[in-house]
Amino acid sequence: MDSAFSTADLSAIWLTIKLATVVTVILLLIGTPIAWWLARTRCWWKGPVGAVVALPIVLPPTVIGFYLLVAMGPGGPLGQFTQALGIGLLPFTFAGLVVASVFYSLPFVVQPLQNAFEGIPERALETAATLRASALDTFFSVALPLAKPGFLTASVLGFAHTVGEFGVVLMIGGNIPDQTRVVSVQIYDHVEAMQYTSAHWLSAAMVIFAFVALLLLYTFNPTGRRK
Amino acid sequence: MIHARFSLVYPGFALNADIQLPARGITALFGPSGSGKTTLLRFIAGLERAAGGLLRVHDEVWQDGAKFLPVHRRRMGYVFQEASLFPHLSVRRNLEYGWQRIPAAERKVQLEQAVELLGLNKLIDRNDTASLSGGERQRVAIARALLTSPRLLLMDEPLSSLDTASKQEILPYLERLHRELDIPVLYVSHALDEVARLADHLVLLEQGCVIASGALNDTLSRLDLPTAHLDDAGAVIAAKVAMHDEAYHLSRLDFSGGSLWVSKIERAAGEMVRARVLARDVSIATASPHGSSISNILAARVAEIQDEGPGRVNVRLTVGDENVLLSRITRRSRDQLGLKVGMEVFAQVKSVALTA
Repeated sequence: MDSAFSTADLSAIWLTIKLATVVTVILLLIGTPIAWWLARTRCWWKGPVGAVVALPIVLPPTVIGFYLLVAMGPGGPLGQFTQALGIGLLPFTFAGLVVASVFYSLPFVVQPLQNAFEGIPERALETAATLRASALDTFFSVALPLAKPGFLTASVLGFAHTVGEFGVVLMIGGNIPDQTRVVSVQIYDHVEAMQYTSAHWLSAAMVIFAFVALLLLYTFNPTGRRK
Repeated sequence: MIHARFSLVYPGFALNADIQLPARGITALFGPSGSGKTTLLRFIAGLERAAGGLLRVHDEVWQDGAKFLPVHRRRMGYVFQEASLFPHLSVRRNLEYGWQRIPAAERKVQLEQAVELLGLNKLIDRNDTASLSGGERQRVAIARALLTSPRLLLMDEPLSSLDTASKQEILPYLERLHRELDIPVLYVSHALDEVARLADHLVLLEQGCVIASGALNDTLSRLDLPTAHLDDAGAVIAAKVAMHDEAYHLSRLDFSGGSLWVSKIERAAGEMVRARVLARDVSIATASPHGSSISNILAARVAEIQDEGPGRVNVRLTVGDENVLLSRITRRSRDQLGLKVGMEVFAQVKSVALTA
């Protein structure tokens, strides 16, 4: 073997990074309003919505993958919607993988953000209002800066969790090089083909990545909340 | 004029208020904890919603049946019990927060002016607000509220979370604000000494109801109100600094009805000060006393006598045409002196607390 990683391995690594980055950005955009709403609402929908967001934590990835596959298929509501838009069908495409990963990693972004928002004292928001800041202005000038540690946690967890997914990818994306073959699937292929050395290299890289990501999180993110 | 009318019902607590407040000077909302004074203030700020409430400030309607002006559209400043500085902003950015958010044409109070008024020169370039002392933080919060050029400043017990030293540090700034800025202030407090020192107008609240509202001294000297039963009940006399006696280190304060000697104060002759005389520091004599160590003896007339518990009475004395003193004496002294309303007596003042 010439190098630790084959071309196929490198392409899987690149695809994984691309997927995790896109998914993290989308999750921060949609997770922030959901988390803000969950943190501040007194509406009775809070419980059901919170539970739905948290479902991927407890459900087997195959179950999520299965339902998403059905929903995105030709007869499913998502599938009909994407066909009507002229995009075609999402299963076995990179876009389909992105949609599935967004669902799958949602709680890992929403929950840290929700905790961070809940930690912001009501008084800080009231103070901003008495200083002529509208609700939106208060959100950007007070709530976001005060929730910064939560955003760091949410980004790292969202990214790392997307990198680590396997079951949902297999259900939705299959195993298409440069399209849906991410690192976890590539490792599976290596093992199936009895290529244990290659599997070792990629697996070790995953372990190191996961360790470094979590180390960064625990080192640089103060757990004590600001008063 | 500020007109507030609203009622709120919470479990175990109801607030019914219909009050007109002067739109100038400092109006104190005074009452024990749970009397609803903070809720009243939060209603005026829009932080608390009461359906069907009415609120008119100067010529603007802030709330009526059809309208609810959101908090950030009300031209008021609010100072909370705790300074509530934004921890992610420097002192300067905290000060500028509200200032930046009002139209340039409405900026009547400028940054330099607020910094000067509250003595923030040494603090403005500090980055970490957490390193400020409690008193310093509250001064920044007051300046921050002033910088929105409010038409009404609401202060919710701004000194109550501070220690005595910090309180003494801030009070002169509040007095200065009172003298130099023409911004009406609603000041919530449960400390009578603060109220006596700062307020022009006094509103008394008890269990969610307004039980009295009037000029400070008229209200403080009423014997039928709960303030008369407080340990530090007393009257306030507005007096002019007449002269200083350097040899004895004393100053003389004149007012219609007499004069008071006090420990020398650092104020120029001719300046007005407030002298607060506690009821427990005033004793009564029917003949002009001689050979007394008490140098402040004022001719007075008994205006009212009310029982104060089983053993004591409160006496309201008029001194001159317009000034009033309260005196708390024993019931036995009242009977031995044969005190009756209308009697001419001498009030002996043991101690005078001076404020601005």
